[in-house]
Amino acid sequence: MIVANAAAVASGAHEAHEHTHYTTTSLDNRKIAIWAFIGSECMLFASLISTYLVYKGRSVVGPFPHEAWTSPAGQLFKPILNIPVTSASTFVLLMSSLFMVLALAAVENKGKPGYEGLQGSSKFWLLATALAGATFLGFQAYEFTSFVHEGLTIRTNLFGTSFFTLTGFHGTHVAVGVLWLMTLLFIDIRRGLGPADAIIVDICALYWHFVDVVWIAIFTLVYLIK
Amino acid sequence: MSNDRAHADSTHEHPSWKQYKWVALWLTLITALEVWAYYMPAFVASPMYKPAILVMMVIKFAIVVMFYMHLKYDNKIFRVLFTGPLFIAACTLIAYVFLFAYRPVG
Amino acid sequence: MALSAATPAHASATARGASQSPEPSGLWSWLTTVDHKKIGILYLYTALFYLLVGGLEAVLIRTQLARPNQSVVSAETYNQLFTMHGTTMVFLVIMPLSAAFFNYLIPLQIGARDVAFPRLNAFSYWVYALGGLFITLPIFFGVAPNGGWFGYAPLSGPTYGGGFNMDFWVLGLQILGISSLAAAFNFITTIINLRAPGMTLMRMPMFTWMSLVVQFLVILAFPVITAALFFLQFDRFFGTNFFVVQAGGDPLLWQHLFWVFGHPEVYILILPAFGLVSEVLPTNSRKPLFGYNVMAYSGIMIGFLGFGVWAHHMFAVGMGPVADSIFSMTTMLIGLPTGVKIFNWIATMYGGSLRFPTSMKFAIGLIAMFTIGGISGVMHSSPPSDLQQTDSYFVVAHIHYVLYGGAMMGIFAGIYHYFPKITGRLMNERIGTWHFWLNFVGLNLTFFPMHFSGMLGMPRRIYTYDAGQGWDLFNMISTSGTYLLLVAGLLFAFNFFWSRKHGTLAGNDPWGAPTLEWSIPSPPPEYNFAQIPEVTSRYPLWDLKAPGTMAGIEHSHADAASINSAHAVPMHEETERRTARELGIPMPFPTVKPFMVAVGILVTFSGLIVMHAGKFPLAMTMMLGGASFMVGSLYAWLTSPLE
Repeated sequence: MIVANAAAVASGAHEAHEHTHYTTTSLDNRKIAIWAFIGSECMLFASLISTYLVYKGRSVVGPFPHEAWTSPAGQLFKPILNIPVTSASTFVLLMSSLFMVLALAAVENKGKPGYEGLQGSSKFWLLATALAGATFLGFQAYEFTSFVHEGLTIRTNLFGTSFFTLTGFHGTHVAVGVLWLMTLLFIDIRRGLGPADAIIVDICALYWHFVDVVWIAIFTLVYLIK
Repeated sequence: MSNDRAHADSTHEHPSWKQYKWVALWLTLITALEVWAYYMPAFVASPMYKPAILVMMVIKFAIVVMFYMHLKYDNKIFRVLFTGPLFIAACTLIAYVFLFAYRPVG
Repeated sequence: MALSAATPAHASATARGASQSPEPSGLWSWLTTVDHKKIGILYLYTALFYLLVGGLEAVLIRTQLARPNQSVVSAETYNQLFTMHGTTMVFLVIMPLSAAFFNYLIPLQIGARDVAFPRLNAFSYWVYALGGLFITLPIFFGVAPNGGWFGYAPLSGPTYGGGFNMDFWVLGLQILGISSLAAAFNFITTIINLRAPGMTLMRMPMFTWMSLVVQFLVILAFPVITAALFFLQFDRFFGTNFFVVQAGGDPLLWQHLFWVFGHPEVYILILPAFGLVSEVLPTNSRKPLFGYNVMAYSGIMIGFLGFGVWAHHMFAVGMGPVADSIFSMTTMLIGLPTGVKIFNWIATMYGGSLRFPTSMKFAIGLIAMFTIGGISGVMHSSPPSDLQQTDSYFVVAHIHYVLYGGAMMGIFAGIYHYFPKITGRLMNERIGTWHFWLNFVGLNLTFFPMHFSGMLGMPRRIYTYDAGQGWDLFNMISTSGTYLLLVAGLLFAFNFFWSRKHGTLAGNDPWGAPTLEWSIPSPPPEYNFAQIPEVTSRYPLWDLKAPGTMAGIEHSHADAASINSAHAVPMHEETERRTARELGIPMPFPTVKPFMVAVGILVTFSGLIVMHAGKFPLAMTMMLGGASFMVGSLYAWLTSPLE
C-alpha cells in the first residue's frame, strides 16, 4: 500500500532492500496488501452502488435522472443526467488506464530497445495518466455544479443523496489516485524511476485500474439503465 | 532483492504494447456500443436492453482486470484475493436488489 | 525477517544501527515501538482496562434491573449504559483482545520476526487507543452514545437522535474501523507471505488459521458499516435523505447494511477464541487436534456463509416469506461447520492424556457454554420461533452465552496459556481455579435466567419494569450473578498482576506444547527467532520432543543439506540472551510517526464534532490542522526507512 512504499520511495529502493527478506511466496508484501485492499474496496463500492440501486425510482420529488419532472410550483426539470458529456469523461478515464499501463511498461523496461523516446518515457505517461484523471475530475466538477444550478443537491431528494454520495466517493478515490501519480512523477523527475521501482508503480497502477473499473460499473448502472 | 521479486512474478508473459492498445480499442468500442444502444428507444424498451448492457459492463470489467491489472498473468494468489471478495460483493448487491424489491401484498 | 546473518550489507546496516540514537526506554519506548510483541501487550492492557469499564456498565445496568420500578439511574442514563456496554465490549474489548493475540502470536506461530508492515501495526494500535478514548470519554460529560450499539436509524438520525451522543458513536466507529482494517491488511499479508520454510497453509497452527479467516471477514465486513456510517453521518451533518422516510428513505437500508457487517462481526468475535481453544486443547490432551483439515475448512465455510445469514436479525421487519425462508435456511446451515468444531474438540480430548490447568478449564468451559449459546441460536434461526424471541431477553441470553461464555472464556484460556510466554512466569493455578469457578457459576447465574424472563416476554433495552409479570425472580438472580462475575474479574486482575511479579518461572515450554512459539525463550527476544526455523510438520516441537504423539500426522524431513543444526527445528533452549546486533539481525527502527498520524486522525474527527456544535472557525481549524498534521506525519513516515 502507499504506507509501505516508504523506504523504496525516498531512499531509491536501495537502502531498505540491502538484505534479502524471506517471503513464502516470492511475491512483494505490498502487492499482496494492495490486492487485499482492492478486495475490500469491492465491498465498499458494492454497498454504495446497492444503495443507489435500491433507492432508484423512490425519490418523492424531482429532478430525476432519466425523466422530466414538473414541480408542484410548476417548474419544469428535464432529465438531469447528461449522457454525452459523461460518455466523454468515461472515455477519458478508460484512456487513462491505457496511459497507466504504458507508464508501468516504461518503468519496467527502461533502457531496453523499443522503449526509447516518448514511447518509453515514464514521465510522459505518468503525466498523461494524471492529466486524464484530472480531466475526468474536471468533468465531474462540471457535472456537479451544473446539477446544483439545475436544482439538484445532495439534499434535494433520494436521487441527489445517493448519486452525489456514490459519485463523490468515486471522485475522491480518483483524486487520491491523481495525487499518488503526481508523487510518482515527482520522484521520477527527481531521481528517476527504474525497473527496481516497478513495484511501487505497479501498486499505484492496480489502484488506478480498480478506480477505473468501478467507474465502468457506475457508468452502466447509473447512467445507462433507466 | 526487489528485482528478484519482480522477476519471480514476471517470469510469465507480459502483454505487449500491441496487446494493450487492442484492449484500449475494445474498451472504446464496447463503450461506444453501450452509448449507441442507449440512444435506440426501441432497444431500450425491449427486455434485452438491461441484460445486454450488463453483459457489456462485465466484459469491460473483466478485460481491464485480466489484462491491465494483469490478473490473468500473475500468481494465483491474487486471483483468489480478488475474486473471493468480488463474488461476495456481487452476491450481496444482488441480494439487496431483491430484498428491497419486495412489496407486501395489500 | 532476514534469513541468515552477516553479509556485507548487514555489516553496514549494523554499523549504521550502532550509530543510531540509543534504544528508547520507558514511556517513549512504548510510544515508538513497532515490535509486534509490545504492540500485542499494549492491546492486552488497554482491552483489559475496557473490560473493566464495560463490566462496570453491566453492573450498573443489572443493579437498576435487580428489582421492579427502581430509579438507580434515569432512563436516559440507562440508554447510554446499555449502548456503551455493547459498543465497549464488542469494539473495545473482544476485538482488541483478539488483536492482542493476533499481534503477539501470529509471527511467533509462523516462524517470522515481525508482521509484514510493523509501522502500520503500531498505527493500528494507536488509532484504537485514541478512538477508544473518543467514544468513551463522553460518558463523563453525560453525552455518551445512547442509540444502542447497533444504532438503528432513524432513531440515531438527526430528528430523533439529536445532540452529540450518536455523533460520538458514528465517528468513533469510523475511527475504530480504520484500526481494524489496517491490521487486517497487515495480517493477511503476514500470514500469506511470511511463513517459515516448510510451513504450508495446512501446517499452520489452528489459531493462525482462524485468524486468517477473521482478517478476511474484517476486510469484507468493515467497508459495509463504513458506508452505513457515512450515510448516517451525512444525514446527521449535511441533511441528506438516506434514512428520511418522508423523502422516500428506508430505515431498513440501515438495518441491512448494519447486519451485513454485524453478522460477520460476530464471527470475527468468536473465531479467534475458537483458535485459542484449538491450541489449548491438544496441548493439554497431549494429542493432536482431531480433524485438523475439517477444522480449517469449517472455519473457511463459516467465514463464507457468514455473509449469507445477516437478515436473521431482521425476521420481524416484514421482509416477506421468501427472504425469511432463505435466511432461515442459511442460518441453520451455518450451524453445521460450527457444530463440527465442537465435536472435533471433544474428539481431541477423547483418549488423550488430560491435564486441567486453568487454561484447559476455560477451554472446556467454552465448549459447554458455546453449545448452550448455539442451541438458543439455532432456535432463533426459525422465523416463527424468532418472532417471539426477538427483542426479548431470550436473545440477551443467547448473545451472552456465545460472547461471554464463548469468546471471553476462550480469551481467558488463551491468557492463562500464553501468559508464561509473554511474561516468563506462570499464572497462579489456585487463584486461577477460583477465577474459573466463580466466573462459571457467575455467568450461568447471570444469563441462564434470561432465557426464562425472555420467554415470559421481558423486552430488551427497557430501563425498568413493573412487578408481577413473572420476571422479578429471574432479574434478581441475574443481578446476583453479575456481582459474582465482578468478584471473579477482580480475582483475575489480582492473579494477573501478582503473577507478573511472583509467578513460577516458566522457561521456554511449560506446557509441552507442539508449536513454534514454544521453541523460543519466554519472554521472547526482540528478534523472536535467532534462526528462522525449517518446519517439517504441523507440530514441529512434538516432532522433535514427543514423536509418539505424531502417529498418523504427516511430516517431512528436509534433506540433510538444508538442515543446519542437528534438529529439524532449532531449539532455542538457551537462556542467555543475545541481542539482535550480536546476531546481525536488522531490526526496524522505533518511530513515533504512526502515533502522530493517529493523533492527526483524532483531531480531524474531533473537529467534526465541534462543527456540529456550531463553532465553525474552531472546527475548521481542527479539521484542517488535524488533516495537515496527519498528512505531514504520513509523508514523514513514508519517506523514512523501515530498518
